[in-house]
Parts: sequence; C-alpha cells; structure tokens
Amino acid sequence: MRYAQRWGAGVCILLLLRAGAALAADPAPPGASTHAGLDRVMALLSQQQHAEADFDERQYLAVLTHPLVSSGLLIYDAPAHLEQRTLHPRRQTMVLDHGTLTVKVGRHRRSVPLADYPQLAPLIDSIRATLAGDRAALEQYFTLQFHGGLDAWQLRLEPREPQRAATISDIQIDGKRSQITEVRVRQRDGDHSVLLIRPHR
Amino acid sequence: MSRRCVLAIGIWLLGLAIAGVIVARAHYSADLSAFLPRAPSPMQQLLVQQISDGPASRLILIGIDGLDAAARARASHALAAALGAHSEFLVVANGEADANARDRQFAFAHRYQLSAAVTPARFSVEGLRAAITTTMDLMASPAGLLAQSLFRTDPTGETLQVIDQLGGGARPRSLAGVWSSRDGQRALLLAQTRANGADTDAQQRAVQLIRSAFARIASATANGADPVTASSAVAPSPTVPPTGAPSAGALTLRLSGPGVFSVQARSTIEHEALRLSLLSTALIVALLLIVYRSVPVLLFGLLPVASGALAGVAAVALNFGVVYGITLGFGITLIGESVDYPIYLFVQSRGREYRGVLWPTIGLGALTSICGFASLLPSAFPGLAQLGLYSITGLVIAAAVTRWVLPRLLPARLAIIDLAPLGSAARRLLSHLHLPMAGALALALLCALVLYQHRHRLWTHDLAALSPVPAASLRLDAQMRAGLGAPDVSNLVMVSAGSEQAALHWAEAAGRTLDTLVGGHVIGSYDSPAHYLPSRATQAARLGSIPDPMQLRARLAAATTGLGVTPGAFEPFLQQVIAARRAGPITRASLQGTSMALAVDALLWQQDGQWRALLPLHAPAGAGGDIDVARVRAALAALPGAHVAVLNVKQQTDALYAGYLAAALRLSLLGFAAIVLLLAIALRRVRRVVRVITPLLLAVLVVTAVLALAGVALTILHLIGMLLTVAVGSNYALFFDRSAAERDASGLPRTLASLMVANASTVLGFTVLAFSSVPVLSALGMTVAPGTLLALLFAALLAPRSLFAPPAGALARTAAA
Repeated sequence: MRYAQRWGAGVCILLLLRAGAALAADPAPPGASTHAGLDRVMALLSQQQHAEADFDERQYLAVLTHPLVSSGLLIYDAPAHLEQRTLHPRRQTMVLDHGTLTVKVGRHRRSVPLADYPQLAPLIDSIRATLAGDRAALEQYFTLQFHGGLDAWQLRLEPREPQRAATISDIQIDGKRSQITEVRVRQRDGDHSVLLIRPHR
Repeated sequence: MSRRCVLAIGIWLLGLAIAGVIVARAHYSADLSAFLPRAPSPMQQLLVQQISDGPASRLILIGIDGLDAAARARASHALAAALGAHSEFLVVANGEADANARDRQFAFAHRYQLSAAVTPARFSVEGLRAAITTTMDLMASPAGLLAQSLFRTDPTGETLQVIDQLGGGARPRSLAGVWSSRDGQRALLLAQTRANGADTDAQQRAVQLIRSAFARIASATANGADPVTASSAVAPSPTVPPTGAPSAGALTLRLSGPGVFSVQARSTIEHEALRLSLLSTALIVALLLIVYRSVPVLLFGLLPVASGALAGVAAVALNFGVVYGITLGFGITLIGESVDYPIYLFVQSRGREYRGVLWPTIGLGALTSICGFASLLPSAFPGLAQLGLYSITGLVIAAAVTRWVLPRLLPARLAIIDLAPLGSAARRLLSHLHLPMAGALALALLCALVLYQHRHRLWTHDLAALSPVPAASLRLDAQMRAGLGAPDVSNLVMVSAGSEQAALHWAEAAGRTLDTLVGGHVIGSYDSPAHYLPSRATQAARLGSIPDPMQLRARLAAATTGLGVTPGAFEPFLQQVIAARRAGPITRASLQGTSMALAVDALLWQQDGQWRALLPLHAPAGAGGDIDVARVRAALAALPGAHVAVLNVKQQTDALYAGYLAAALRLSLLGFAAIVLLLAIALRRVRRVVRVITPLLLAVLVVTAVLALAGVALTILHLIGMLLTVAVGSNYALFFDRSAAERDASGLPRTLASLMVANASTVLGFTVLAFSSVPVLSALGMTVAPGTLLALLFAALLAPRSLFAPPAGALARTAAA
C-alpha cells in the first residue's frame, strides 16, 4: 500500500533530523575541505550522546491548497532513541526506538515495527550508516553531493535505485557552521516538505 | 483332590476367563484426560474443555533457534511455505511483511464494516467536518504520514480507527522480516491445524510434518543450500524422522502448544508405562529369583499378583468404559504389595500351621491397604480413581488367590529355600539396635518443627504441578506465547449464546461496557471477536448510516468549505464508501487468509451446540498487571449472567486446586481413621494399636520433613503417597505386633526375612516410579519408596527388645557347637 512508503519518508526525515540535532550541538573547526568536511560531520554524529532542537515544518501536499504547518521539539539519545514531539497544531509524539516506531496521540498509542516495511530497509540502514560514520554504506544507496565549507554547507542525497527508496525523490540538508538549518524532502509525486531546525532554547 | 479344592480352582479359572474376555474387549486410552480433573463448576468445565479441544487447542507454536537472525528468518520463511502447502494446516503465520500487508489491506478494504466510529452522526455535515479536521491535524506531522496517504480515500480516518481497534494485543517483535522472541534469539511461527487438539493422532501427524519439513530445511541450511527450494524439492513424507541431534552450529526446532503437549504426554505415558513397568517387573522378578532360587516357586508366587492385575483391569473396564495407560502401566506397582502375600506364605509357613496365625495378619494388612486405596476412588482425577479401583480389586483377588487357590496348587514337596538364616542375621543386628519411645518422640518433634518452619511453602497451590506436561515444556510455552503476543487469559469475559450472531451480539454489548472501563482506567484494553467480525446487525447499522451518493456529495461539499482541500480530492472516497455500502457485511469466510481469522477462531467457537466468545482483559498501565475484577463484574452486572460472565482464571484454578487439596486431605484423614478403626477392632488393645501406628506416622513425618527440606512442594499425590505408606507399612507393623503378642520368637527369623523381601519388592517398584517424568507418578514414588522402607525400619526399631533376644534353645545349640 502507498502509505507504507510514506512511512518510509517519515522515518528518513526523522533519522536525518537526528543527525541535525547532533550537528547543532557540536561545533566543528572551520576551514575543512569538502570531503574532510563530510567525514568530520559523520564523525561528530557517531559521538553524540544527547541532543535537543526545536523544529518548524511546512508540508506542501497536492490535496491541500495551503501548506500544513507544525512545530515542536526533537530529542535524541544514543544509540537508538529518537523522538519528535509535535506541539502544534496537535500534541503528538513519534518515537523511533530500536527499530520500532511508536506514535502517541492523546491516550492512543500505536507501534509499528519497521521490519514490517522491508522496502525501507536499505534507507534505514543507510541513515544508520550515516550516523555511525560509515560513508561507504551510505553511498551504497545514495549518490552524495557535499557542497560548501563548514560555514555554510549542503548535503544532497539522491537514491541510486529510486524504486527501492520509497517515494523519495531527493533529500537536501543545509547546514550553517555547526548547525543544521533546513531539511527538504521531495517526493516523486511532487509533494514536498521543508523542515527548519534551530537549537532548543 | 478334594471337592472344595476343585471348586476353588474352578472358580478361579472361570474368573480369570471372564476377566480375560473383558480385558480383551476393553477400550484403552493414553491421552491427557486421565490427568484433567473433573471440574466441579460449568465455568471450570468450560475452561478444561477449551484447553482440551477448543480452537486454541489447534495452535502449534514453533520456534527456531540457532545460527544468526538472517538464517533463522530464511528457515522461518521456508518452513511457513512448506507447511502452508499441507492441508493439515489451516494457517501458518510467521509475521512476514506480506501477511501484515494482507491484514492492513483487509482493514482498509472493510473499514466501513469494521470501524466503530461509523455512525449516522459521522456522515452528517458536522461529523464529516470534525473527522476531516482531525485527520488534517494528524497529517501535519510525520506521525500523520499514514493519514496523508489515505486522505483521498479515507478522509474520516476509519482505517486508523480499525487499526487501533485491532491493535489491542501486544505485537510480536519482528527481526529480519519475521516474528522473533523478545530477546531476538528465536524466530517464531504460529500454525493452526485442521484437526482439534484432542485428536492426538492428527496432532501427531502435524507435529511430524513440521519436524520433517524442518529437518530438510535445517540440513539444507547446514549444506549451504537455499532452504526454500530444499523444502519443496523433496516430496514431504510424514514418516521421515528428524535427523539426529543438532550440532552446535545448526538450527534447532522448538514446538509447543496444546496439541504438541498431548502428543508428548501420550508418547511419554506409553513409553514410560512400558519401560518403567518392565523395569520394575524385572527388578522384582530378579529379587524373588534370588530369594526363592526356584523358577516354579517364582511362577507360583506371581500367580496372585497376575490374577489381581487381570481382575483389576477388568473391574476398571467395566466401571469406566475406558482404561487409561497409566492404570495399565502403574497399577501393578500399586498392588506390588500382593507379591508379598505369597512371600509370607512360602517363607513363614514353612513347617508350621500357618492358617491360624498368618491369614488374619495378611487379611488385616490387605484390609488396611484397601482402606488406603479407597481414598483414591472419589478422586476428581479419573486416572487416580481408576488406580484406586484397580488396586482394591487387585488386592482382594490376589489375597483370595493366595489364601484359597495357591496352597492347593502347590506341590506337596516344593523346594523353598529357608530364609531363616537371613532373618536370624537381621535379628542379631536388631538386638543391638533400639529406638526408645522417647527417641521416636524426639524425632517426631524435630520433623514437626521442620514442617512448621516450612508451613507456608509446604503445599503447592498451582494446579500445573499435577500436569503431566514437564515444567520445562510449560516454561518454553509461556516464553513462546509471550513472544507471540498471545492474549493473556488470566482475566476474561466469557460470553455464551445459542448462535454465532447472538454470541457476537453479547460480545458487543459487553464491549460497550468494557469501553467505559477502558476510559475509567479500570482495564487497559480488551480483545473481542467482534473487533474482527462485528455482528451482522452491527455491520448493517454501520453501512446503513452511510447516506446515498447525492446526499453524501452535498454534505461533503458543505463540510469541507474553507478547509483548503483541493477540489475533486475526495472522489476516491466517494466511490469507495458507496461501494462499501453495496458490498454488505463481512462473514467469517471473508477473513480467510488474514491473521484475524486466527484471532476470531481463538476467541469465538461452537461447542456442544453452544457458541462461546472470549474477551481477554488487559491490565491498565501502572497497575502492576492487576485488574480490579470486582469492578469489572459490577459494571457487567447489568447484562444477563446466562450470557456474560467475568472469569479470573487464576482465581478459578486456584479455587479448583484448593478444592481438590481439601477433598484429598479429607479423604486421606478418613482413610487413616478407617485404618485406625480397623486396627482397633482387630487388635482390641490401645497399646497394640499405638505400637502399630507409631512407626507408620513416624515414617510419614520423616519423609514429609525431608521432602520439605529438599524444597519439594507437596501436591495431592504426595498426600496419597503418605496414605499408601501407612496402608502398606501397616502390614509390617502388624507382623511385629503379632510376634510380640505371641511371646514365641521361634518364627521371628522367618517373619523378619519375609518382611525384608516384601519391603524390598515394594521399595523397588516405587523407586522406579520416582524416576518417572510424569509428575503425578514421581510424586507417588518419591513418597512411598522411602516411606515404606522407614515404616519397616521404625516398626523393627520400636518393637519390644525382648523380641530380638536370641531364644534360649538357640543359645544352647550355639554353646554345644
């Protein structure tokens, strides 16, 4: 079913956000070269123990004439706990913990084992590879493009095998110095989302 | 040969012939029902039946251990494919994504029949607007991606509603794409057999199919071949046994479930009945051969017990209609005492007129044993009741054959070895040993102290202790069940009705009350067959609340004004909701192929013309797993008790067991009282009764104290074992009493020798039982074997000292030599 692939997009974003949270919390020395910059980013990711960041998200969907807006808090605890707490427009929490995705809305709680979605496995593996600093594994699934220096950088991920990569067309992560500022995900059907991140106040 | 002699032998032979015919035509059974208690209340009856042949009895839990997660997942996949091709299995589920996708597809396709939120109000302008707004709020975060993808077809969120409704139970963990145990070390599968769990032959075929399919997959895995092609390449043959013991680096198979248990139990009972009874017979025969040193004497000695066994089986067949394997296998051990009768006859009768003294003693001994065994007769366990009847009949017949037939069959000059030297040796030993009454009292007090200290842990309160299923198997079953997220059935609502629809109706009525209890945090959640298969009336009401297409279109337009929905976005929704209305209600058959079919079968079934539905209750979070059953009961009190009842299974089984234990205690005390009364009538002196009873009580106390110290929790069977100790041990005590009363020690060496031989045969028989893996039998063995040994020892040690002093004549002879 199509929504299974949507979950995939969600998980990808979530995992990348985790990377973002990690980046936002750890300053890196300026002036590194392109590849060294990517390697440095990855090294930082695997060292992170705990991070928190605020987010604002806009989703542009074909079924709606205006974007869906949401905001809240991202929390990461090493090694495998990632939480997205949406505070507006409706309180809900989405937790990725050891391969199980749990969604809490009010008193309702729904858990989904990611293994139920085998088409997501390469994506999730690749994101985990990113967080572990394993660039080779990441490049197995995505074409990587890293632009700029640590002052203002951009990482673009494009699936090598689009049919295995859920509905994602490409993912673009912008960073400014040691901070992730923006994650853009484009779906193949034209729907897209923009996520703005800033350090938690 | 005198006429009386001919008459006795004639009656005996005729009796043997009749018993032989009955035994040959009797029905035999080796299934679990011998150990399933007759349940006193209808509700408990239902539980026992549900265990033995309800739909849940058709589930086989399969675990695959060893190697790594990927190898286990491949084997799981191959096994599911191999078993799915067999008609013996209705469903084989292993959590593969395909199956989950099928379930989700089913929930999506039938959302308007299944969703409890579908009411007329849902399709009003306000209802539609509220539902769509809620969905859009959900969509605004990653958690809402599901809602996003379904927005065009299901803007009111019914699919999510259905998934929430169905997600009551815990889900198994998934690893490498298949179900796995919580610790990730075992792949799990669930198979449902076509045959019910009580059909042990069919269950055995199913178990063999699984084992042989797995053996092929495991060997293919070990050889590096693809397990899927391996499992389909070879024509499945149910007779292929699993290949030998798995090596360390191989996959291993674990099976559990009611059907597997009955297959295991049957083979254990058959195997052990044969092996252990052969072993104990061989041991006793060897003992008797050593003692008699004559094959003819041995054969004559076995005549009473053989006659008794035949008569015992015939009596059981006549009374119960069916004879259990354990009765055949172990009854003979219980009447092992009757091997003693000819021993007393052969050994003690040598050179003296036995009838006057020997028979009353043997007769009294047999009567006390019968008092003991009689307490088995009213047992709630049919297996034990059979053993009681078998033993009583067997002892009576064996005693009668020893008394009236055997002496007449014995040739005039039978070469019987004189055991007097053995007895004399024993007497010499005993003349140096003595346990004064004060010592006995001290020992009794010590044991009583031990028992008092262990009083809280003395008795097991768990019915499972009596189950013939080994504790390790029960642990494995609990583990696999927890891993599979099988419903916890410690608290449940049971619905009974005359038809499937009525049962679903009452399940829904109970469900409405339970929903309010979920809201009030009295319970966390509950499962219901109506979640998967709503009653026809409920489905019709839901579909009936969908307005006609024109109306719906108009209301939808009004409801979405100003929400910013792209025009035409809801066309798929309009088409699907109208199609659902036309499709009508789903039935049990619609569920085929989904895991919901398994759930419905486990929770809804027909039995004896009654339909039953089970609604397992789950404890609220933070309550430590406890449910306030009284509040649930009060809330459901408004519904008719004939249809809806609340059941706390643990309470019920505890009550059941407590009832059995209390009844067994009562019966044992009655049996003991009967023995004391019998002795009082026969011996007519308080002193003599005390002398007979004291060693028996002391033996029972010591055995119980040692068992308590060893950490063995006592069951009903230990209690029965104590009573048997008293019954069998009374024979020994009576002989010492008789010897003491006679004031004639000349026969004592032979009495001592015969008691030692008789005791050795009893101890041998029950020691073999103690090693049985059937808990019921090992409990009997471990109580009676040491108990009877101690009973003889204490009886000898407590006998008057004068008894063992060498007779004057013997001294004189020794001096002369």
